[in-house]
Amino acid sequence: MTFNYASFIVQVAALLIVLAALHKPFGIYLARVFEGTTSSRPERLFYRLAGVDAGTEQTWSVYLRSVLAFSAVSILAVFALQRLQGVLPGSGSLPGVDPWVAMNTAISFVTNTNWQTYVPEATVGIFVQMCLLAVQNFLSAAVGIVVVVAFIRGIVRTRTQRLGNFWVDLARTSFRILLPIAFVAAVVMVLGGVVQNFWPTDVTNQAAGISQSIPGGPVASQEAIKELGTNGGGYFNANSAHPFENPNALISLFEVFLLLLIPSALPYAFGRMVGDQKQGYTVAAVMGALWLASVSLMGWAVASGQGTATAAAGGLGEGFEQRFGPVPGAIFAASTTLTSTGAVNTAHDSLPPLAGGVAMVNMMLGEVAPGGTGSGLYGLLILSIISVFIAGLMVGRTPEYLGKKIGPTEMKLAAMYILVTPTLVLALAGITVLLPGILANAPASGPHQFSEVLYAFTSGANNNGSAFGGITTSGPFLSVMMGLAMLLGRFLPIVLVLALAGSLARQGKIPASAGTVPTHGPLFGGLLLGVTVILTALSYFPALALGPLAEGLLK
Amino acid sequence: MNILTGYLRQAGTALRFLVLATLVLGLAYPLSVFGVGQLIAPYQANGSIIKDAAGAPAASALIAQASADDNGARDPRWFHARPSAVAWDPASSSASNLGPNEPKLLEAVTANRFTVAAAEGINESEVPADAVTASGSGLDPDISPEYAGLQVARVAAAHGLDTEAVASLVDRHTSSGLLAFLGQPSVNVTSLNLAVAEASQASQPAQSE
Repeated sequence: MTFNYASFIVQVAALLIVLAALHKPFGIYLARVFEGTTSSRPERLFYRLAGVDAGTEQTWSVYLRSVLAFSAVSILAVFALQRLQGVLPGSGSLPGVDPWVAMNTAISFVTNTNWQTYVPEATVGIFVQMCLLAVQNFLSAAVGIVVVVAFIRGIVRTRTQRLGNFWVDLARTSFRILLPIAFVAAVVMVLGGVVQNFWPTDVTNQAAGISQSIPGGPVASQEAIKELGTNGGGYFNANSAHPFENPNALISLFEVFLLLLIPSALPYAFGRMVGDQKQGYTVAAVMGALWLASVSLMGWAVASGQGTATAAAGGLGEGFEQRFGPVPGAIFAASTTLTSTGAVNTAHDSLPPLAGGVAMVNMMLGEVAPGGTGSGLYGLLILSIISVFIAGLMVGRTPEYLGKKIGPTEMKLAAMYILVTPTLVLALAGITVLLPGILANAPASGPHQFSEVLYAFTSGANNNGSAFGGITTSGPFLSVMMGLAMLLGRFLPIVLVLALAGSLARQGKIPASAGTVPTHGPLFGGLLLGVTVILTALSYFPALALGPLAEGLLK
Repeated sequence: MNILTGYLRQAGTALRFLVLATLVLGLAYPLSVFGVGQLIAPYQANGSIIKDAAGAPAASALIAQASADDNGARDPRWFHARPSAVAWDPASSSASNLGPNEPKLLEAVTANRFTVAAAEGINESEVPADAVTASGSGLDPDISPEYAGLQVARVAAAHGLDTEAVASLVDRHTSSGLLAFLGQPSVNVTSLNLAVAEASQASQPAQSE
């Protein structure tokens, strides 16, 4: 399979043009939803039945308590109902899900990771897929979005404890943003060949004497929100490489568009909400530059076709689908790891070593280009605060961000945020490779074995969900380790972001002076870009050197 | 204590919210996509099932059919799909997930190259990459036009068909235009084999009643 550069450039340009054209109108729509003050009649009915008092606003700690309570209840419900699969309708003859797998899967889908330690075809029926997992695809994406909305309110508001109402934000995000787009996207997917029914079809090729049972299922409805909500958990084991999830190269490009859609429009909504569009453009430009650089690097690394087995095969092919080949493979692989999606249309484990390395670096950047729904933007805003602090040190002034003082409390929270994920990734991967016997679960040879472990924990702690699929994590030990990575990697940052929002909201606004570092324009954008890349490089370089770099450079 | 009751109240709201949201997002939404799909695109929504000359469902145009039996023996009458990590079983799907420098992958590729060269009676160096590498899903119905071209003579001979007639069937089942540009030109083996079967049947002398 050869790398068609013309096709690559056209598809990258098409994505940039369409997303650039949409980010303003869609960003305005997003901001209107977040700033809305009225509820529709069905929403009011929904609030009444759920026991939500839509009129009250919450302090940061109550808002956080709601996030945590909702997520805990979701994890318990998804776990318990998977265990009960055997007696629930719509599951065919599938028994209850293994407890370790059910625990890992519940955490995985509630944290927007969608790491799949199970083989869907053999483990979960229509009920679990449609009523548990796909529902969490919506809600976990919405949780990410409402957290960044609360954070933006913390920046905008002054001398207040109130950050909004979690339940109202969650309902509006789910029903006014995710649901209508997912519906349209799902219909487009059906038209393109994605399956949406509830039964298998028996077929027989008489001439060749081949009988098959062609699977069915509510695939399109799940596929649409899987990409839109940057979730990534496939209806089938092969994920978006499966012909029923991703039947042709046009649908594949559409799926990449969907997973970039919300994260790339959120910066415009942010600019609008803080009343300074230049702030939004600067953040969007940093995201766009990182995305373009990473996609190009991925294209180059895939096109290299490195690897002894690849050379023996006469080129790329292992893990690729013929209808896609390396160009859609590279664009999808880069975009899915730069957001928190983790869907794949190509087996990442078989990618050339440096291409697998680029996928890991994308996640290690903290998934901020443009990142997961909501989580990408709050990640980059925290990095903005770190950048302001560094710039403040250079000019000897107390750093400010959008009229708020960045004091010791704020800096402690931001610094902890930056440390959480690298600590989780490196500590958990380190423990795993040191414990005797555990490495047998990653049967690859040489540095690739370490890459499989590093990729798994990078993916888990960053809530990505893609994998070097050669590793098996369904046993008790790795299920728990990955569960910890996903749980702490999701909720510790959320605790810190909401605490920071609370402390910013309490402050009054200080007017910008001659000594204020402007947080827009190319200078600040360049600084933010540099801080993002350097923090990653410092944290992860040694680990990368042992895995993908060793495999890719020592040949 | 205050915090505990706070959490309990929140958990109650959470549970009610989750149940209500599931009714909308987990039932109403997929069922409406199902309804619209069955109405406007029943062929795609039900798995792109293609029928044989007799009108019976014969295959899904999107899913490969087995190219070898359990012992690895290949039927010379048909075009062969790419290697599969799941033996082309649509009840599962997977890639090999072997790294690009993995000795096991090198072995598999070498073995596949030998098998394909022997089956087509060609030199090992002529075998294209897609013929020796396992696809991402294990169910890939497509092969490269080069690999299809190598198989034309064998298939035509097995059915007593004209080589050119089979080559033109290959052309008709090759993707082109936008899809081929965004992805790669691909020959759909599943639908091609059904077309070959039909052509083969049509070319047989009619049986007397």
